[in-house]
Amino acid sequence: MQQIVNFILRNKNFLLFLLLFGISIIFTIQSRDFHKSKFINSANVLTGGVYNTVNNISVYFNLKSQNTLLVEENNRLKSLLYNNNNTLNASKDTTNVNYKFTQGRIIKNSYTSSNNFLLINKGEKDSVKSDLGVVSTKGLVGIVDRTSSNYATVISILNTSSRISAKLKKTNHYGTLSWNTDSEAIVQLTDIPKIAPVKKGDTIVTSGRSSIFPKGILIGTVENFKLDAAENFYELNVTLFNDMTNLEHVYIIDNKDKEEIENLVNPSNE
Amino acid sequence: MNKSLLGHMVRFVVLVLFQVILFNHINFLGWINPYVYILFVLFFPVKSSRMVFIFLSFLLGLTIDMFSDSGGVHAAASVFIAYIRPVFLKSAFGTMYEHNAIKFDKTDFSAKLIYIALLTLLHHIVLFSLEVFSMSRVLLTLQKTLFSGIFTILMISLLSVIFSRKTK
Repeated sequence: MQQIVNFILRNKNFLLFLLLFGISIIFTIQSRDFHKSKFINSANVLTGGVYNTVNNISVYFNLKSQNTLLVEENNRLKSLLYNNNNTLNASKDTTNVNYKFTQGRIIKNSYTSSNNFLLINKGEKDSVKSDLGVVSTKGLVGIVDRTSSNYATVISILNTSSRISAKLKKTNHYGTLSWNTDSEAIVQLTDIPKIAPVKKGDTIVTSGRSSIFPKGILIGTVENFKLDAAENFYELNVTLFNDMTNLEHVYIIDNKDKEEIENLVNPSNE
Repeated sequence: MNKSLLGHMVRFVVLVLFQVILFNHINFLGWINPYVYILFVLFFPVKSSRMVFIFLSFLLGLTIDMFSDSGGVHAAASVFIAYIRPVFLKSAFGTMYEHNAIKFDKTDFSAKLIYIALLTLLHHIVLFSLEVFSMSRVLLTLQKTLFSGIFTILMISLLSVIFSRKTK
């Protein structure tokens, strides 16, 4: 007994080091699993408050470019409205009225690490929950991960653990969108069947299969493509429409039918 | 004692704020950032209790992790260099360390530079291997370590020159 106590006393620094190092490794591994970053995330009062304060100042520096973006989108929507073409009718379809949009602002952007998280200034108070989709004026941004009362973290599409269902706009062949960390402007679309007529420059949109995103949200265009190792599926490099490095205003999409759909798909979850 | 404690706390908070607000957003050439917060670990007084020191380093890393949503990578790297620091103190400053009389303000600049460089590179290797977290991307890890490392070493040396008190 004496010896054990002595041993602990003699090696207390080493044991403390091992303990703390172990804890950090556990946090690291947890943060890789979807929805497991329990304690260490920036959606809390302290970090959210700091980022919000800083962002309140820095938001003035790119007011002009953000205004231009918003005007562009207004322009696009106006032209849809007054030209009365098919797209408008499609959006009046009853299947699409179930999405509720909340506007938010990105107060912490990140795109250089291999697992990027964004922080937005909307939280549970604004009925933002985990697993809601986030888009910007130009296209897809990510999925809400953790929330606090005033803030929420978003798993960016520039995150190695992000998986989003996407399809070719032209032919409806769908696959999985992921990121290989090489460039912040390019994501990868895998599992597109070999039979699909892929061409450079084709538009990629969300598939609407996951109940997170509605169908047809813009993602990007095909940069290049090749067959995967087994030669059964295409791997596409997709250039994003979004510039992920200067995001500011985003919309959070809530699908009101999501619970119903999920209950239907996984009946075991009561 | 109280005065130095207050000093450490101020340094802790200032370094964290500078790191998350300024240095994390430099993105030189797209992705190179300096990790200047390890200044706290590098120049923590040698005489103080090692357990407190290791724990504070852990806390520092964890705070940075919280701000940058990176799990525990910064905490792991900071704790690691905090624990391994005496080895490098000994190799860089030699006899001065043996006599327990290191004052970072009064040491030779070249010795200090070697000390900073070694510990910084070690920190970055742990940081980026945990961040990238895959053996097949060793090259990416080394590349990140090298470039960010150079940037950090430069910044820390500069800061240590600027803020060192000339007492002669």
